Amino acid sequence: MKRYSAFAVAREALSYHTGWGRAWRAPEPKPRYDVIIVGAGGHGLATAYYLGKNFGITNVAVLEKGWLGGGNTGRNTTIIRSNYLQDPSAAIYEKSRALYENLSQDLNYNVMFSPRGVIMLAQTEHEVRGYRRTAHANALQGVTTEWISPARVKELVPIINLDGPRYPVLGGLWQARGGTARHDAVAWGYARACSAMGMDIIQQCEVTGVRREGGKVMGVDTTRGAIDCDKLGIVVAGHSGVLADMAGFRLPIESVALQALVSEPIKPCMDVVVMANTVHGYMSQSDKGEMVIGGGADGYNNYTQRGSFHHVEETVRALIETFPMISRLKMLRQWGGIVDMTGDRSPILSKTPVEGVFINCGWGTGGFKAIPGSGWGMAELIAKGHSPLTDAFSLDRFKEGRFIDESVAAGVAH
Amino acid sequence: MSTRIANQGRLIDRSKPVRFTFNGKSLQGYAGDTLASALLANDQMLVGRSFKYHRPRGIVASGAEEPNALVGLGQGETFEPNQRATTTELFDGLTAQSQNHWPSLEFDIGAVNSAFARFLPGGFYYKTFIHPRAFWKHVYEPFIRQSAGLGKAPKDRDADTYEHFYVFADLVVIGGGVAGLQAAKAAGETGARVLLIEQTAHWGGRAPVDGGEIDGMAPEDWIAQTLDALRAMPNVTLRARCMGSGVYDHGYVLGYERLTDHAPETAGPRHRLWRIRAGQVITATGAIERPLSFAGNDVPGVMLASAMRDYAVNYGVAPGRRVIVVTNNDDAYRTAIALKRAGIDVLRVLDARTSGGGALMEEAKAQGIRIDCGRAIAKVTGGKRVAKVAICAQEGQGAALEEVACDAVAMSGGWSPVVHLWSHCGGKLIWDDAWAMFRPDPARAPTGADGRPFVTAAGAANGELTLGATLADADAAGKAAAKSAGFKPRRIRTPQGSVTDEAPLVPVWLMPRAAKVELRAKAWLDYQNDVKVSDVQLAAREGYESVEHTKRYTTLGMATDQGKLSNINGLATLSEALGEAIPQVGTTTFRPPYTPISFGAIAGEARGAVFQPLRRTPIHDWHEAHGATWEPVGQWRRPYTYPQNGETPHDAVMREVRNTRQAVGMLDASTLGKILVRGPDAGRFLDLLYTNMMSTLKPGKCRYGLMCSENGFLMDDGVVARIDEETFLCHTTTGGAEHIHAHMEEWLQTEWWDWQVYTANVTEQYAQIAVVGPKARAVLEKLGGMDVSKETLPFMAWADGTLGGIGVRLYRISFSGELSYEIAVRAGQGRALWDRLTQAGAEFGMMPYGTEALHIMRAEKGFIMIGDETDGTVIPQDLGLGWAISKKKEDYLGKRAQQRSHMTDPTRWKLVGLETLDGGVLPDGAYAVAEGTNANGQRNVQGRVTSTYQSPTLGRGIAMGLVLHGPDRMGEVLEFPGTDGKISKARIVDPVFYDKDGEKQNV
Amino acid sequence: MLILTCPYCGVDAEETELAPGGEAHLKRFGPGASDEEFRDYLFARENPKGVHFERWRHAHGCGKWFHAARCTMTLEVFGTYPAQTTKPPKAIREAITAKRPGWTWREFE
Repeated sequence: MKRYSAFAVAREALSYHTGWGRAWRAPEPKPRYDVIIVGAGGHGLATAYYLGKNFGITNVAVLEKGWLGGGNTGRNTTIIRSNYLQDPSAAIYEKSRALYENLSQDLNYNVMFSPRGVIMLAQTEHEVRGYRRTAHANALQGVTTEWISPARVKELVPIINLDGPRYPVLGGLWQARGGTARHDAVAWGYARACSAMGMDIIQQCEVTGVRREGGKVMGVDTTRGAIDCDKLGIVVAGHSGVLADMAGFRLPIESVALQALVSEPIKPCMDVVVMANTVHGYMSQSDKGEMVIGGGADGYNNYTQRGSFHHVEETVRALIETFPMISRLKMLRQWGGIVDMTGDRSPILSKTPVEGVFINCGWGTGGFKAIPGSGWGMAELIAKGHSPLTDAFSLDRFKEGRFIDESVAAGVAH
Repeated sequence: MSTRIANQGRLIDRSKPVRFTFNGKSLQGYAGDTLASALLANDQMLVGRSFKYHRPRGIVASGAEEPNALVGLGQGETFEPNQRATTTELFDGLTAQSQNHWPSLEFDIGAVNSAFARFLPGGFYYKTFIHPRAFWKHVYEPFIRQSAGLGKAPKDRDADTYEHFYVFADLVVIGGGVAGLQAAKAAGETGARVLLIEQTAHWGGRAPVDGGEIDGMAPEDWIAQTLDALRAMPNVTLRARCMGSGVYDHGYVLGYERLTDHAPETAGPRHRLWRIRAGQVITATGAIERPLSFAGNDVPGVMLASAMRDYAVNYGVAPGRRVIVVTNNDDAYRTAIALKRAGIDVLRVLDARTSGGGALMEEAKAQGIRIDCGRAIAKVTGGKRVAKVAICAQEGQGAALEEVACDAVAMSGGWSPVVHLWSHCGGKLIWDDAWAMFRPDPARAPTGADGRPFVTAAGAANGELTLGATLADADAAGKAAAKSAGFKPRRIRTPQGSVTDEAPLVPVWLMPRAAKVELRAKAWLDYQNDVKVSDVQLAAREGYESVEHTKRYTTLGMATDQGKLSNINGLATLSEALGEAIPQVGTTTFRPPYTPISFGAIAGEARGAVFQPLRRTPIHDWHEAHGATWEPVGQWRRPYTYPQNGETPHDAVMREVRNTRQAVGMLDASTLGKILVRGPDAGRFLDLLYTNMMSTLKPGKCRYGLMCSENGFLMDDGVVARIDEETFLCHTTTGGAEHIHAHMEEWLQTEWWDWQVYTANVTEQYAQIAVVGPKARAVLEKLGGMDVSKETLPFMAWADGTLGGIGVRLYRISFSGELSYEIAVRAGQGRALWDRLTQAGAEFGMMPYGTEALHIMRAEKGFIMIGDETDGTVIPQDLGLGWAISKKKEDYLGKRAQQRSHMTDPTRWKLVGLETLDGGVLPDGAYAVAEGTNANGQRNVQGRVTSTYQSPTLGRGIAMGLVLHGPDRMGEVLEFPGTDGKISKARIVDPVFYDKDGEKQNV
Repeated sequence: MLILTCPYCGVDAEETELAPGGEAHLKRFGPGASDEEFRDYLFARENPKGVHFERWRHAHGCGKWFHAARCTMTLEVFGTYPAQTTKPPKAIREAITAKRPGWTWREFE
C-alpha cells in the first residue's frame, strides 16, 4: 500500500492519479478468525486496529452489513471533548481525545482533528455550579478545562449574544484541546490501517446468527456463509439489541432517532465549538464553512433514521437566541441517525453472559468523540478480559445500581 | 455576447425598468426578471467562483437547481449569503455581490488552486497535510477554511420577522406546473380540501416554454382557464412562492413561503413556514435536465439547453449570439428551434446519437439548422466565457474533427424527475432504462400512520416526460389520491396534451465515450464543489465503492444545490467505473429541505422575549419595580436578591439574611409546587409515593416528606399538609411541580388505576408568601384576623382564617430555622396580601429577601436542597435522612432499588458539614482528595462540596458536602484543591451550623 | 411527526401534544423481587425492529396515559388503547396479525 504524503500526491499527479490502489482490500471471508468484530463503524474498526497494534492479534475480521462507516460514524456532528464529570467517563473520553491528537500521523490518514476548543455555556445558576464542579473534577482527572467568564466567552465567540432576554450567558466550561474531526476519515483511516495489518474488512456481510456451544461462542452465520471465531465483539450501536438477541441475551438499550443539520457554507465566523445545554443547541463550523448543528433525540423507539421536525425547530430557535446572525442563514440539509440509549445514558463495554462474546454499545448521542478510546479499551477487554478503561462500564452495573450518570452536572452527553 | 432580444420575454414587463447593482455596478432589468436573467441581459456571464479551485462560474440553470449563481443579497441587517440568482425575483434597489473570491470576481487569487488542480484530486486532503502535527490547526486548516465557505457570514441581527402557519388538508399538491394544476383540479372536483403550492411566482411550470397544445389550446391559455376553475373552488387554496420543502412521517409537510423577498418594502413577515398535516400528498415537482460530461463543461456560457430556452422565451435574453447545442435526446431541439426563432445563430446541433432524433429534429432541420449526428464535444475552451468548441466523434477518445468558435453551448443529457419529496419519507425508486432515469416506484411509496401509501408522484416527477402523458398521469393521480383521502372522484374528461413523436434517448455519461484522462479531469460533474469525472473514477479505484463513500470522498452532490444536477451523472460515472449497472450501485438518500430554507423561518415568531414562555407570580411586578435581580428557575423568574442604594448583590444577600434572622423578612414562595391529592385512597397512595408515612398524618398538621424515583434516587422534597381525612396538599420544589404531578398521574393511571385518588396541580391557583424571623408573629398580629399564637398554631400545623381581611391558609413551617409562617392565598389576592404585609411589616423592619438568602439560611440550618445536595445520584440514606424513611412500610417507590448492593455499600459518601480552617468560603463543586491515583491515573477523591456559602450569621464560610465515612470522621481535616491550584482545608463538622436544638423555629 | 389517536378524548393528537413513556405492559417488581427481576423491570427493554407496544401520555391534552401498538420500522400505528390493562386487547392483536402475520412481542402474539 502506498504511503500518503504531499510528495506521493504530487508524484501520482503526473499520471492523473491513475496509479493509486485500493485504500482497503475487499477480501472473501476466511473460514475462521481469532476475533470477529461485527460492525465496521468507527468503534468496531478502532477495536480491530488496537487489537493488532497493541496486542498483535491480526487474524481479525470486521463484518459490516452495509458499507463501512455508514452508520452513526458518518452521521454525527463530530464534536470531540472529554470534560466529563464522572471518573470513568473522563478516563475513556480523555484517552480518546489524546489519541485523536496523533491519529492522523498514527494512521497515515488525515482525519483532520482540529483542536479548536469547546465551550459549554452556563445559562442558569444551576449550570454555573455544575460546570464549576466539573472543572474541579477535571483538574483531578488530568483533563485540562477551565471555567471562563462571559467576557472571555465573547472573545472566543464574537458572534455570540451574551444578553439573551431569557438565558443570559453566565460563563462557560472551556476545553481548549477539544474540537472536531472529519468523521468519515476516521472510519476510512482505521479501515485502511486494519487492512494493511492483514485484517479482513468484509462489507455487505450481514450476521444472521451467533453460534454457541455450552455457553461459549463458536462463530457466526452470515449472508456470506458461516465463519468460526474464538472471540466475538459486537459493536453495532442502534442494532445491538438485534445481535444480542441472536446471542441469547438482553440489553438495557433503546434505539431512538437523533437529528442533526447543517447550514449552507459561509466564510469562517466561529472558530470554536459551542454547546448550550439549557436551550438544547450546539453548533460548530466545519472546514467547508457549514454551521453544523445538533438537534434533540426523540423519546420513542425508531429505526427509520428520520426524526420529528419539531426538534429541529426547537434547536434552531435556541441557536438564533444564542447566535442572532444565523437567522438569515439557511438550512441546507437535515438528517437522522439511530442512537442506542442505555438506562443511565452511559455506554456499555462489557463481557456478556456468553463466553467469548463482548459488547460495545450504548454511546447514545456522544459516540464519535470516543472512537479511539473505546477501541483501545475494547481491544484490551477482548485480549485480556478486562481493562481499566472499560471495567466501570460493565453490564453488571444495572443490577448493582452502580450507574454512571453524566446528566448530573447539567451537562447532557453529546 | 449575452443580451436582451427584442420582442421576446413572456414574463417581463418592458414598460417597468428596474435598477439594481451587482458588485457595486449599477445595472438595469425589467419587472418580472430574475436576478439571473437580468445579469445575463447585461452580459454578466461571470457570476461567481467555485468552491475548491475558484474556477470562473456562470449561470447554468434557470431554477432551483442552479449550482453556480449564488450571491450575497442586501446589506447590514438584511444581508443574506448564498442566495440563488435564478430564484431571486428582481426588485428596484436590489444589491447583489458575487462570492468566494479575493480581491475581485474578475481577478481572484484563489484561482491559483485551479492551476494546481491536478495536485488536488478528490479526497487529496486525506492524503496530505498530515505532517507536522501542529500545522493542521495553525496552517493548513485556516487556509482551507478561508478558501472554502462561499458567502460571507452575516454580521448583524436579522431585521425581519417570520411566522408559522398550521394547516390541515385532505390533499396537498406540491408543484404548480400543468401536472400540479390538473391534479389539484381533479382532486378539487371531488370536494376534498386541496392545497396547491408552487415555489415560483408563476403557474404552469415549463409548459408555456416547451410548447405543444392542450385540448387544442396553447398551454398558456389552458393554464389560465384551469387557474380560473381552481380559484372558483372554495375547497381549493393556491399559494405561489411557496415551496414544498419536506415530507415527513404521518403526512406532515413543510411549506416555505417567501412573502417579501421579491418586495422587501412590504410590511409583514419575510417568510412563513407552513406546517401542514395532509391526508394525501401529490408531488408534481417536474423534472430537471442533466448536464453532459465533457471537458470544459464548466466554462461560463455552457448552459442547460432548457435553461437557455427559458431565458430566451420567458425573459427575452440570449445568453449567446452564436450557440452550439449538444444533446443525447430530442428535447434540446426545442432549444435550437426557440433560439433560431429569436434570431440567434445556432451553429450546430451535435447529437450524440448516430441516428439522431425524431420529429423535432426534422423541424429544426427545416429551420435550416445544421445537425451532426454521432458527434460530441471533445472540449470547450475559454477562460471566463466560451470561446470555441472542439468537435469529435462520440465513439472515440476525443480527437478533434473540427473547432468552431462560438460564445455559448446549450447541453442536454436527458431529464431526471424531481423525486426528492417522494423520497424524504421513504419512497423508493426504480431505474427507467428507456429514459435513463430514476423514477418513483409506485409499489414502494411512503406509507403513513395507517400503513397505506400517502404520497403519489404525478407528471414529470413521476417520469412522464411528454405533455400528453404528464397530463393523463396527473389527472389519474389527482383522482386516485382524492379517493385514498376518502372522496369520490367524478368522471371528468382528462385533458388531452399533444404528443410529439420522439426518438429514444441514448445514455451518454461521458463525452466522448472513451475520453482520455486529460479530458476526464476537465469534465465537471459537480460545478460548485469541483468534482470531475476523474475524481469519481479515482474514488472507485481506491475502494470507495458505495455511492455514499464516493459522495463523501469526493464531496459530489454535497454542495448547496445538493446534487440536483450532479447526482445521476456521478452515479452513472461510478457505475461505469465499477462495471455494475446503475440500479445495483444504488442511489443516495434525499434529505429535506428540497432547497435551503431560512433558519428565521424555522424558528418562527419565538425569539427574544417570547423565545420561551415566561411564568410570573402575582407579585412579579412588585419585584421588578423594587430592583430585584432575577434567577431563572424553570420558566419562572425568581428574585435572587433586592440590592438597595448601590449595594452589590453579595452585600444585599448578606443584609437580607441578617435582617431576617434579627428582625423579619418576607419571601415570594408562590412558585413552590402545590399539588392536591384527594380521595379515599389518597393516604395509601402517598405512602407509596413518599419514603415516610403520610397516612398517619392528622388533619391540620404538616409533615416534611421525601420522594424517590423507582430507581431509588431522591427526586423531590416538600411539606405535606393534611387538609381533611381524604385530602392532602403536597408542596414540591419550584422546578418539580410539573414533573411530580406527572409522576403521580403516571403511577395512578398505569399501575394503581383502581385506586380512588384524584390529583390536581394547583401551583398557579395560589400565591404563597413566607414571613420569616423573630418578629414574624408581630407582623401577622398587626394585620389581624386570626390567632397566630404558638398554642393555637404550633410548629408544623396549619389553619384557615383571614389576615388583614383576606382569606388565607396559614402554615407554620420553616425552611430557615426561624419562626416562620407561609401564607397561601388565592392568586388574585397575592399582590394585595403582599402589599398589606409590606405596610404592616414596615415598623418591624421587614424586608423582602430572594432565593440566595433563602439558600444560605437553609444551609446554616443544615437543610438539604434538591439540586444541590442531590444530583440524581444521591439517595436519602446518603443525606442522613434515614429518619424520614419509614421502617414500617412494606413498599414505597425506590425501596427495592435502595436494597441493591451499590446502594447499601458502606463506602457511599455521606452528608456532613464542612468548616474551613481559615474561615474562608470553599470553592463551589470542589473535591476532597485522597492519597494516590486510580488505575486510569486519576487522582483519588474522598468527597465533594455540595453547597458552600459565606454565612453572615456565623461570619464565616460554611459548606455541606458528601464525604467517605463522613459522619464517622468528625473533626478530621480534608484538602480541597481549587482549579487555581490553591488548596482549601476544611474540617468535617455537623451539618447543622445554626440553632442545633431548633429553639428559634419552635417559639 | 407522529399522530396518535388518544383513546380517551378521541383526538388525533400531534406528537407535540404527546409525551412518550417507553415500553408498555411492564410488571412492577418491588421489595421481595430478586436483583435480576428488578434489573429487568427497570432496564431490560424490548427494542424490536417491527411491532412494538409503548406508553404515551396525552400531556398537552386530556392528560391521560394510553398505549399504542406501532411499527418501529415504518411508524405504522396499529391502534391505541387505554393504559388500564395488562395486555393488548384482542382487537389490537388481530389488527396487527392482519398486517404483520406471525408477529410476536414478549409473551404476546
